[in-house]
Amino acid sequence: MTQPVIEANALQRHYNVNGGLFQPPQTLKAVAGLDFKLSPGKTLAVVGESGCGKSTLARMVAMIEEPTAGELTIDGKRVLPEHWADLRQSVQIVFQDPYGSLNPRHRIGAILQEPLVINKPDLSREEREAKAREMLKLVGLRPEHFDRYPHMFSGGQRQRIAVARALMLDPKVLVLDEPVSALDLSIQSAILNLLTELQDRLQLAYLFISHDLSVVRHVADDVIVMYLGRAVERGSKEALFAAPKHPYTKALLSATPRANPAAEKDRIKLTGELPSPLSIPDGCPFAPRCWKVQDRCRAEQPTLSHDPHSAACFFPMD
Amino acid sequence: MSLLRIRNLSVDFATASGQFRAVDAVDQDVDTGEILAIVGESGSGKSVSMLAMMGLLPWTATVTADEMTFDGHNLLTMSSAERRKIVGNDLAMIFQEPMSSLNPCFTVGWQIKEALRIHLGLGRAERQTRAVELFEQVGIPDPAKRLSAFPHQLSGGMNQRVMIAMAIACKPKLLIADEPTTALDVTIQAQILDLLASLREETGMGLVLITHDMGVVAETAERVSVQYAGQKIEEQAVEPLFKTPYHPYTSALLDALPERATERLLPTIPGVVPGQFDRPAGCLFSPRCKFADATCKSTAPKPCSAELGHARCHYPLNTDQRIAS
Ligand SMILES: Nc1ncnc2c1ncn2[C@@H]1O[C@H](COP(=O)(O)OP(=O)(O)OP(=O)(O)O)[C@@H](O)[C@H]1O
Ligand SMILES: Nc1ncnc2c1ncn2[C@@H]1O[C@H](COP(=O)(O)OP(=O)(O)OP(=O)(O)O)[C@@H](O)[C@H]1O
Ligand code: SF4
Ligand SMILES: [Mg+2]
Ligand SMILES: [Mg+2]
Repeated sequence: MTQPVIEANALQRHYNVNGGLFQPPQTLKAVAGLDFKLSPGKTLAVVGESGCGKSTLARMVAMIEEPTAGELTIDGKRVLPEHWADLRQSVQIVFQDPYGSLNPRHRIGAILQEPLVINKPDLSREEREAKAREMLKLVGLRPEHFDRYPHMFSGGQRQRIAVARALMLDPKVLVLDEPVSALDLSIQSAILNLLTELQDRLQLAYLFISHDLSVVRHVADDVIVMYLGRAVERGSKEALFAAPKHPYTKALLSATPRANPAAEKDRIKLTGELPSPLSIPDGCPFAPRCWKVQDRCRAEQPTLSHDPHSAACFFPMD
Repeated sequence: MSLLRIRNLSVDFATASGQFRAVDAVDQDVDTGEILAIVGESGSGKSVSMLAMMGLLPWTATVTADEMTFDGHNLLTMSSAERRKIVGNDLAMIFQEPMSSLNPCFTVGWQIKEALRIHLGLGRAERQTRAVELFEQVGIPDPAKRLSAFPHQLSGGMNQRVMIAMAIACKPKLLIADEPTTALDVTIQAQILDLLASLREETGMGLVLITHDMGVVAETAERVSVQYAGQKIEEQAVEPLFKTPYHPYTSALLDALPERATERLLPTIPGVVPGQFDRPAGCLFSPRCKFADATCKSTAPKPCSAELGHARCHYPLNTDQRIAS
């Protein structure tokens, strides 16, 4: 097996948030101990409800934010803030919003060259420009786009530009935080194809964050399902979609609407309160909404095993 | 008689670079108790057509129509005072951007109770009870406490649910829901869609659901209208639309669904939606259509018969003549 490009061990990010007037500050456990490995040429998808910590994870892997505990290894090197500058070239991030993430006052050519100016100051102007033009072509844009401004592009084209910019430093890993959620179906398919082609060509590893399970099912090799900052299930795409083990994964899959009006609906309806990330229940975090809950679930915290397909649940689905 | 009936609705915007046609000759009907979905690419005029019907567009918009009636009222000739009595009451809308439609200076509880006071004339205690009940229905945890929160203190998804609660507060006859569940998790989304469906059962509410999500359409709608570049290009009952689309755009859109993928690469629709300056002379889809010929490029197709889903296409798909050729 090839050496993973990224390895995370017990990765954690807590935030201190203001408790409000006359209240002590509270700890918000956005990511509470996550382990995973990502290999070259592979896609690891992270799914889960809004607020479960997906973007926080993305920011840690992209070295925008420091973990409060745990360990991250990139290319065999332990990630410490003093190495960020060196390692950052290997890991680049693409954000959800293709409108907000490009500077409106800069031409596309300048936007693409910016990472080189910062990270590779010894390159000549000509070399930089040549590289930017080559990248524009790689993502399927036209040479005349080089001198245009972001507002002259459609959402899908802007997302291509964002991908091109992320590739300028020849990264090994792309962190894709909801890269197609803001796009139309027809544009979404073009961007997903682009990512597939680039991966085949450059052996890129993707950390692909999405809440759209039909997209994940199309692109992923492996999947992590997160709930309130923790991984509740991990497995290969095939295994996880064919036989989800965690009740939450099962509910998520059953609630995902299918684009087939003739399909039978057998949605699992969740009741119970959505817990706040500020007061994650002891025991299993899903217990307040779970229909299989037993006393043990409220008392003890279930964890993932080392099996390739595993769920953090005492009473997994069979 | 239809609850809502629109004929030949067009909307033009005056812009710095000239007139821009955002909605082009659209017909639409919604019956009591019916769920109509409007789908189509971003910018295809879905929101603008409904805002025009409710009289909520800015002055730069010119709205024309042959007919626009709601529940027996002629929306074309009605004064704005009369319209205000209907809008927010019998005719309600969940707006696409919840943050910009809630007032940041008032608590969400005050806003919903104010709507209950104005439209239903409920007393203080009744307003409180009903507001809590509405918040519960849309799945806001700890509703009594949440009433005293300001919009900025709630997450995007939570504000979206507040908007939904306000829209259904007066039991409208017709609810226009513009992307009502995009900021929500699928488990909450399912809960909201169930709620809207149950309101329809109880009160006979008609529902117009504007969305990009073909999964939501398939599971919720009865009839689907597909828009492209301001025009309605097809309309069918939900099952046949997914099975046998007539318009090449509808077909291409459905092919792009990841869940229909058979290959690693997904089918795409090359090109982009025409803008203000490159509106084609013939069929608006012709620059991107793989079936386009000289006729398509020169002559704008008229809508076909109802049997062919009113498809605006010279050569509708899935028909005998297509199969024969
Ligand atoms: N800088 C911060 N300070 C305090 N809390 C934060 C901060 N950033 C994120 N959070 C909180 O951490 C939790 C996880 O947030 P995150 O953005 O990672 O979620 P997400 O899974 O990406 O959600 P979404 O699907 O809505 O994008 C949330 O409860 C969020 O409010
Ligand atoms: N106030 C305005 N002035 C000028 N043009 C406008 C105005 N409001 C909307 N438009 C334009 O009208 C067209 C139709 O917009 P509309 O909001 O109806 O699209 P939509 O189908 O709802 O798209 P989306 O799926 O992105 O919400 C767009 O091209 C939009 O830019
Ligand atoms: S009219 Fe022609 S170009 Fe337009 S959709 Fe039909 S076949 Fe395609
Ligand atoms: Mg996020
Ligand atoms: Mg809209």
